[in-house]
Amino acid sequence: MALPDALLELADDHLVLGHRLSEWCGHAPMLEEDLAMPNMALDLIGTARSLYTRAGELEGKGRTEDDLAYFRGERDYRNILLVERPNNDFAQTMLRQLYFAAFMEPYWQAALDSTDDVVRGVAGKAVKEVAYHIRHAGEWVIRLGDGTEESAERMQEAVLDLHPYTGELFDEGSVEGEGALPSRAAMHGAWEATMKDIFAQALLDWPEELGQMRGGRTGQHGEQLGHMLAEMQSLARAHPGAVW
Amino acid sequence: MYSQGLIGADSRTEETPEFLEAFQKRIDAEEKIEPNDPMPEGYRKTLVRQIGQHAHSEIVGMLPEGNWITRAPSLRRKAALLAKVQDEGGHGLYLYCAAETLGVTRKQMTEELLSGKAKYSSIFNYPTLTWADIGAIGWLVDGAAIMNQIPLCRCSYGPYARAMIRVCKEESFHQRQGYELMMSLAQGTEEQKAMAQDALNRWWWPSVMMFGPHDSESQHSDQSMAWKIKRFSNDELRQKFITATVPQAQYLGLSIPDPDLTFNEETQMWEHGPIDWNEFWRVVKGQGPVSRDRVKARKTAWNDGAWVREAALAHAEKRKTRKMAAE
Ligand SMILES: [Fe+2]
Ligand SMILES: [Fe+2]
Ligand SMILES: [Fe+2]
Repeated sequence: MALPDALLELADDHLVLGHRLSEWCGHAPMLEEDLAMPNMALDLIGTARSLYTRAGELEGKGRTEDDLAYFRGERDYRNILLVERPNNDFAQTMLRQLYFAAFMEPYWQAALDSTDDVVRGVAGKAVKEVAYHIRHAGEWVIRLGDGTEESAERMQEAVLDLHPYTGELFDEGSVEGEGALPSRAAMHGAWEATMKDIFAQALLDWPEELGQMRGGRTGQHGEQLGHMLAEMQSLARAHPGAVW
Repeated sequence: MYSQGLIGADSRTEETPEFLEAFQKRIDAEEKIEPNDPMPEGYRKTLVRQIGQHAHSEIVGMLPEGNWITRAPSLRRKAALLAKVQDEGGHGLYLYCAAETLGVTRKQMTEELLSGKAKYSSIFNYPTLTWADIGAIGWLVDGAAIMNQIPLCRCSYGPYARAMIRVCKEESFHQRQGYELMMSLAQGTEEQKAMAQDALNRWWWPSVMMFGPHDSESQHSDQSMAWKIKRFSNDELRQKFITATVPQAQYLGLSIPDPDLTFNEETQMWEHGPIDWNEFWRVVKGQGPVSRDRVKARKTAWNDGAWVREAALAHAEKRKTRKMAAE
């Protein structure tokens, strides 16, 4: 797999998760979260924009960030399944965020040594942002896991629902380890350490054996991604060639 | 986003004439009134109501624009809109804090919003039907909000005045961003131009009405002016807004949906035709096109989030207990 494709995978992860978070805007459980979730969404969308632009440059077909985001369908999107999972409730949203951020933090750390200037620049900014995402989402996982009976139940349910999607985080493409992007598999130890520490504080059991779901990297998505993209792309596709 | 000419305020006071006179002297000397200073009950109530309405407007105002975040047609616009809506939430937060200095809680204010007791700016009871509405709201609604809020930066109540200084900077950024969005549509395809004109047609009159009833109909203005909560009358502010906005529409090549709009050579001001006050009062009284939807959306978010807020409290309690046990 060539570098532009690998960058697209990464960009799709960020855009899809950022979009999911943005769906909460104006409907959060409290005003503070109506500020915090868009904040994280903005970080993710910002990262996606830089990565799409870089992928387009390296690909050399003149595709812009918007061409890549708005004019590829669900069979062409390459995000992992975890990030496209619907928001459901606040417990699921925060756990999904934590699973992803706990992976991206060591990943961006490693990418600070990338051979690609743009990737290095993105990593330098993102590494601080995801540290905040871990803190914010992690605190909520702890509060909800060790809050009321209802919140603990919802948190446990979120673990059962989402944990099966975490294995795909570590699947290597062929370009990893070649210098531009870090190895994904190498992040497993750091990810598990962060997660287990937070799970212990949240009084959550670490699930040992849950079947793993995969497919996003080859365009085999869940049913929900198509709906998300249909909404996201509707206006841009209704006016092809228009400048906004 | 904004504060409307105050609706249904009761600013009667029962303090002694000496007390009121001493208070008025401080106001006339342009002294700022701070939370712990003595103040007439009517002054406090008027501010609680006005700041509360303003805060609720920021919060409800997140909904019409939030309606387009997931469909923004480019990533740049998506990020800008998300950031804008987030700013409005931030304005709501400062304003609730400012109101809390007067002895009400955010929870009380929220309950009043959800029960329909507290009002918010009626502009948000109109739906956002196309992407151009996002431009029109930034340009016109944030534009009108700025006209209202710049004088509030000099409001006699210190915490409100200080909150407004910060808010106004962001609102003027929103206004420029909205105008720039309209510009890109006005310079775009035929369909984009039509979208921009349609949005202006729908948002113009509601924006003009944001300044509240005519001065002759506005019962609470005089006391608010004397207390320097308000510095200009509704009609003065409306006039300023229209005069600033008409040339901007002309520059975009869009026409304002008011056949009676005329330029007064003497005053150098643009003057509007008759306003449909029946529509204004209908919307204020909760019969706007999406009034019920807006309040319902806020209720749903609040009710769905109850278990989260309860869990946060329960967790904080547990921590405290454990810490005390450990000591
Ligand atoms: Fe405002
Ligand atoms: Fe605002
Ligand atoms: Fe604004």
